[in-house]
This record gives sequence, C-alpha cells and structure tokens, in this order.
Amino acid sequence: MLANQIGYYSLISGLLLSFLLCGVSIKDLNSSSKRINQKILSLSFLQLVFVIVSFLSLILSFINSDFSNETVFNNSHTTKPLFYKISGTWGNHEGSLLLWLLVLTLFIFLFLIKSKEQPKKYRILTLLFQQIIIIGFFLFVLMTSNPFNYLFPIPSEGLGLNPILQDPALAIHPPILYLGYVGTSIIFSSSLAAVTQNYVSREWGQHIKKWVLLSWIFLTIGIMLGSIWAYYELGWGGFWFWDPVENVSLMPWLTLTALLHCIIVLERRNALTSWVVILSIATFTLSMCGTFLVRSGILNSVHTFANDPARGIFILIFLFVLIVLSLGIFFLFHRENKNNSNNFFWLSRETAILLNNWFMMYFLSVVLIGTVYPIFLDVISSEKISVGPPFYQKLIVPFLIPFLFFMSLGPRLKWIKSKIENKNSLIVTFIISVILTFFIIKNLTTDLLFYTVLVSAAFFLFFTTLKELFVKKFNNIAQTVAHFGFSLLVLSILFNSILSSEIITNIKVGEKYNYSKGKIFFKKIEERQESNFKSIIAYFEIKNTSGKIVELKPEIRIYNQPVIITSEADIKTTLLEDKFLVMNLVKGNEYFNIRYQIKPFMIWIWISVLLISLGGLMSLFKKRYEK
Amino acid sequence: MKILKIFIILFLSISFSQLKADEKNIKLKSKILKNIRCLICQGQSVYDSESDFASSIKLIVDKKINEGLKEEKIYEFLREKYGDWIIYDPELSKNTYILWLLPLLLFLLGGVIMKKKIKF
Amino acid sequence: MKNKFSIIVIIFFLIFCFGIFYKGLDNSNIYAPKIKDKKNIPIFKAKDFNSNIYINSEKIFKEDTFYIVNIWASWCVPCRTEHPLLMVLSKNHSAKLIGLNYRDNLNNAKKFIKELGNPYSQILIDSDGILSVEFGAYGVPETFIIDKNKRIIRKFIGPINKEIVEEIKLIIK
Repeated sequence: MLANQIGYYSLISGLLLSFLLCGVSIKDLNSSSKRINQKILSLSFLQLVFVIVSFLSLILSFINSDFSNETVFNNSHTTKPLFYKISGTWGNHEGSLLLWLLVLTLFIFLFLIKSKEQPKKYRILTLLFQQIIIIGFFLFVLMTSNPFNYLFPIPSEGLGLNPILQDPALAIHPPILYLGYVGTSIIFSSSLAAVTQNYVSREWGQHIKKWVLLSWIFLTIGIMLGSIWAYYELGWGGFWFWDPVENVSLMPWLTLTALLHCIIVLERRNALTSWVVILSIATFTLSMCGTFLVRSGILNSVHTFANDPARGIFILIFLFVLIVLSLGIFFLFHRENKNNSNNFFWLSRETAILLNNWFMMYFLSVVLIGTVYPIFLDVISSEKISVGPPFYQKLIVPFLIPFLFFMSLGPRLKWIKSKIENKNSLIVTFIISVILTFFIIKNLTTDLLFYTVLVSAAFFLFFTTLKELFVKKFNNIAQTVAHFGFSLLVLSILFNSILSSEIITNIKVGEKYNYSKGKIFFKKIEERQESNFKSIIAYFEIKNTSGKIVELKPEIRIYNQPVIITSEADIKTTLLEDKFLVMNLVKGNEYFNIRYQIKPFMIWIWISVLLISLGGLMSLFKKRYEK
Repeated sequence: MKILKIFIILFLSISFSQLKADEKNIKLKSKILKNIRCLICQGQSVYDSESDFASSIKLIVDKKINEGLKEEKIYEFLREKYGDWIIYDPELSKNTYILWLLPLLLFLLGGVIMKKKIKF
Repeated sequence: MKNKFSIIVIIFFLIFCFGIFYKGLDNSNIYAPKIKDKKNIPIFKAKDFNSNIYINSEKIFKEDTFYIVNIWASWCVPCRTEHPLLMVLSKNHSAKLIGLNYRDNLNNAKKFIKELGNPYSQILIDSDGILSVEFGAYGVPETFIIDKNKRIIRKFIGPINKEIVEEIKLIIK
C-alpha cells in the first residue's frame, strides 16, 4: 500500500525535477561560467534516485503480492517463485516503462559525470535533449501506463504471469536489452547537442565512441539472450523467427553497428560528419519505433505486450515529435566540413567502412520494409499478407557473400590510400577456403553452388581473421576478435542449418522407435506437483548406432493460474551438437507426439555472439595510445 | 531363373526410386508445411504446431502431394481458402512488387551514393 | 535549392507514414477476414452422421433455400453455449441448418445431440477436419451462411450470440 504511494509520488517528483533541470540548464547555458553548475549534476542524480525508488517500490509490491496495485494484480500470483515475482516487475508493459526511465536517467547521469573534459554547452545541451525524452516517458507512464493504479476492493489473488515468461534467460533479457536499446538515447541526445555546437568532430567522435560501444555490447548480448530464451523455451528448436519483435531489436543493432564503424572514420579522418549524425538519430528513432510497433497492438506477434491503441497514439505522436525535432535541428545547424574533401580513395579503409555501411543500410531496409509493409498494405488496400522467413532469407543471404569478402579485405587496408599487401597469402587462403568448403559440402546438400560460395566466403573471413590473431602483431585485436566472431557465427548458423535433422513421431509409453541413426525408447512417465504447476516428465533413452545412450526428459507443464499447458524441451548440449527433445500431448489419446532434433554446432552460435561482444568490450578498454 | 533375377532387379529399382521419391516428397512436405502459418497459433508454422488446424492442414497437404499437385498449386489452394496471410513467403504479385523491389532499389541508390563518394 | 526540395520530400514522407500508422492503429490486428468475394461452396463428399453413407455436396445443398453450415464438436465448450440459439434458428423456415461434426468421437457426438437436441436437417462427419478447411474454417465453433446461389456470403468465427442470430435472421429473409 505504502509502496504504491511512494512509487507514484516518486514518479511525479521525477517529472517535476525534469522541468527544474531544464530551467537550471537553460540558465546555465547562458551563464559565463566555464564550468557546469554543480546543481545540475546533483539534480540529475536526484532524478535518478527518484526513478530507482519508484522502481524498487514496484518490485516490493510484486514481492509482497500487493494486489491493491493493479499491475501486480494483472501480472503476478502468490504461488509464483520469488525470483519470478521480482522479474515479473519488468515483464509487463508498465514495469518495463519504469525500466526505460531507469536507463534514461541513469545514462544521462553517468554521461554528465564521465564527460567533465567536454565543452560545457555541449554537455548541457545533451542533458536538455535527453530530458525531452525523459519528460515524454514520464508523461507516457503517468497518463497511460501508471504502474501504481489502485484496485479496490483488493483482490485476494492475482491473474498470474504467463508461464512461458518464467525463465531465467527471459528474466534478465529485458534489463540487458534495454541497457543497449535505451542506451542509444544518449547517442541521440549528444549528437543533436554536438550538431548545434558544430562539435561533430574528431574529438567528439573519440568521446562518444565509448557510449556507442557500451550500447552496442549490451544490445548484442540482449538480442542473444532473447534468442537463447526462444531456443530453450518455445519448444520448436528455432532461435530466430523474423518475428516483428525480434526484427525491432535487430534494426537499431544494424544502424548502431554501422555507426560504430563510421565513428572510427570520424575519429581518424574527421569525415562523414553528417552521416554519423543521421545514424545517431536513426538508431534511437528505430528504438522508439520498435517500442511503438510492439506495444500499440498494430502488429501481430508471438511476444506482443498488452494491446492498447491509446498508448499507441501517444508513442506515435511522441515518436514523430522526436523525428521532426531531430531532423529540424540537423537541417538548421549542421555545417559541412568544407576543408575536408569528402571523397575517399577506392582502395582504402574508409571506403571499406563505407561499403560496410552500404550493406548494413540495405539489410536494415530489408528488415524494416518486411516488418512494416504489411501495415501499409493493410491500411491502403485492406489486403493482409504475411512476410515470413523466406522473404528475409532470400534478400539477405545472397548479399552476405560479398559482405563477408569485404569484411576479410577491409581491415587489411590502410587509411587514405592503400595497396593490398600479401596478395599471394590472400589468394592461397581463398583457395584453401573454397577447396575445404567443397569437400565438406558436396555430400550434404543439393544446392551445391550456392552453399559452396557462401560457406567459402565465411571460411575466407574465418581464416583471414584467425591468421591475424595468431600471426600479426596485436593492433586492432578488438576488431579482429569481433570479425572472427562474426565469421564463426555465420559458419555455425550455416552448418547448423545444413546438418540439422528432425524426427517427428507419435509414441506410447514403453514403445521403441527406430530411425536411420538409432533408436528412441520411451521408458516411463512421472507426474509431479510443483508450487504453481503440475508436471508430467517423460523419460526417453536415445541410443545411436555406436551404442551410446543419452537420456532426455522432456516435460509437459499444466499451470494453474492462468490455466496454460506448456511443453518444456530437454536439451543436451555438447560442443559438437545439441540433442533436442520436446513432447506434446495428443488430444484424447494415450500416445504422445515427440520431436527429436539433432542440431550440430548450436552452442557455437552463442559462443560466437559472445566473441563479437568480447571484441566490443576489448575496444572499450583499449588504451588511448594503441593504434 | 533369369526371369526371376530380372524381376527382382526391376522390383528393387522401382522400390528404390519409390523410396527416393518418398524421400523427396517428405522434404517437399516439410518445406511446404514450414511455409504455412498456423492460423490459430501465435506465430507458429503448421510444421511446428500440433493444433487441430495444423493437423488438418498437414493431412490436406499430404493428400495433395500424393495427388501430384505442385507446390505452387498447393499454396494457391490455401490462399483461395484463407487469403494471402496464410503463406509466409510473400509471392511476387501485384500486392508485393514494392515489397520485393524497394530494398533492391535502395541498394542501388546506396551504390550511386557510394560511387559519388569514391574517387578512383 | 536541392536542400529545400529534399526537406519537403522528407516532410511529406513523414506525414504519409504518420497517417498510415495512425490509421493502422484503428484496424484490429486479429485477423478475421471479411468475405470479399463470395466464394462458391466447395465440392466434396462426406459421410452422413446418421446413415453412415457418403453423400455428394450437390445433393446436400440441392434445395433453393439459404443454408447455415455450423461446425461443432461434443468436446467444444462454446458449442454448448451456442446450441440453444441454433435450436432457435432451426425453427426458421428460410434456411436449413447443416452440421459439420469436427474431429469428434461418434458416440460422444451422438450423446451431445441426444442431450441437447438436433437443430440440423443434416449432419456430416468431418473426422479429420479436412472438410472444415475446404470451407476455410479456422476451428470450432464456426458458422457460415450460404445463399441461394450456393455461395458463402457470411462467416462467424466463434459461438453465435443473440445479436448474430438477429443478423442471420435478416440475411436469410
């Protein structure tokens, strides 16, 4: 009860502080002092504290199952385990907005204390632009998505959380994803501030790069956690479905990666200033756009939040205000760097980075158009179509081939003007890649030519980056690690997709099923009662041709609040392959339907994403004097 | 004796080609089922779903493959009953020209911009 | 000049996108298709519920009257709730009710009819759901209105209620 009050009034205080902060900041902009008014830092910290207090109040309400709070009532239940009561706080629409506010206020505060050497006006303007976003979100929460609404009379029990969301990976997926996603707000605000101050330069690039890296690392890991959750929880053995919500997290990642590469050019050559600003604006805009698409009910997806058009209208207007504001500022204030001829020599690292951006923007357009086109078509002609995985695969995969090649060659080029060094070793590596690929692939697939070219390109990147790691000196090791990780990712995904096999069959307890590479034996069934569900555990023994036995125990859970039946797959992971078994009830029958999948190199997909993030992390901690 | 041998060889080769055809059919069936949306599920393909609707669709697709219907015709049949929404792959039609061509046009546009920025 | 032009283009583009998304919010995202072109009823052969003999669709829909095809099953809870309304509709002489027994156990289905009454002039067995797919149905319960030209003119997904019964009565007048 009290937590409700505290939480609500903390939010109001936070909003009022925004206005106060804006006032103090504008005054300080015009003051002649060289240093920023210390009050600004304290007020910003205070605002963060209020948001933390509000967030903690909500968590407390969840822990105490305080059903006088409407959000807790809608999303929790007394029998929920404590860990999931806590993570249930941010697993719903209202709570996740508090998470938005938390990251927004945290990042601006951290920005202020970590940017002491930066120009004063630039810092204040960054704060002001960030406050516009913060005010927008405070208003959004208070006007349409208040997490502290009262319910009277107080219900004795809650409506429960969707059991599919009761998973450790999913519990930490939102906080990490938001640190990335929402973290791009700082890049947005600071680039607008830099534009107004004509500060988009080498120095600014060096300073903002840390923030770009930070968001990028969290976003990469956040997306990976979402995929891991989908793989372990959704029971279909897939990890990426080109579902709108997934696409919506991928889009800012694509622009952020492009931005990361452009910042490097900005740092080195003081060039691409307009493009860097455009990308900064685009990244956060895409995050906001994603929020709109997912929460307004306009899209149909596996993981949409509660649909509410009123909220949708608010975000839509807010989003367009931000776009108009940012583009307006860009056109009004941006000045081209006249002394810099912005033309790059064709064989240079700058051009390689431009190539990266060209392809990234293409991939972005595929994902963006695929995701929003059905909306446009529906509104204009009332026709409803689906845009599913085949669309994305057909348009993206062929372009990966040149992309991988350019990734292998680009980092070897010098700045400004370059020659390709060690042409012979490159050619040898290329030939080895092709031959290796051919021998591996020829018995595995019918699409021989296409896969040979694709896998060769991936191997080429793999070997060139591997060589760089072992043979060369350790400059640019961060980039090499990240690119190596990417080659590993492509290879793992390709081989996983080519080599995976699946058996679907109906089977009774005690029955044996023979397949080409072994036997599946349905040993027995156990029933258990847990705190908020009944569980049916099936014991399977799978014996392959070499006699090795693996035990898998897929589970069916029947939850009590709300009544939902889920299938929990059992997955045995080794470095070489994952064995994946999921079981479903067949209505009105004593037999069960099982799907057994053998998925080679699954774990390498996660390892490679971690490697990519590691590269980012290494870059973040790189010493200034390293080349 | 010789006739028996010929008969056995003929029989085996026919069975073998039937097996190969069956294998091809199974692959085709999987490919088609993965491309059909389960309309009563949330974001699952008919291949991945065990719901009533999915089971019925699986039977129909099976029947039509055995009748010799081509992949395109099966999609046409389902589209006629349920609309374009049921098929995940948006076919090139008057509704989807822009969908498929716009990204490619943007790629070309990017290329033009690139060319302007590079000197040889 | 080029700058001004691109600004205007961008503004128009943004307004266009805003308008589309705004309108898009109004549309429901639950896909329930309105019937755009009236489709002919499918041609099929089905087993009669009572006689267990196969009948042709032409014979089932041979009369010059409206037909109401209702998909039901004994295991389907909403079908029980809509059943009394079906009994009401069966008294209306402008339309004949045809039942499609969906993925059901014959004995259970017969018990269901015995217990609640039979509103159907004919019941067909759809043990694997294929017939329902021929009609373009999603599941059960679902109701189709078929006009005298043997075309499907209206579809109701889910159990029918009093308002829908009134609507049907108007259609079949």
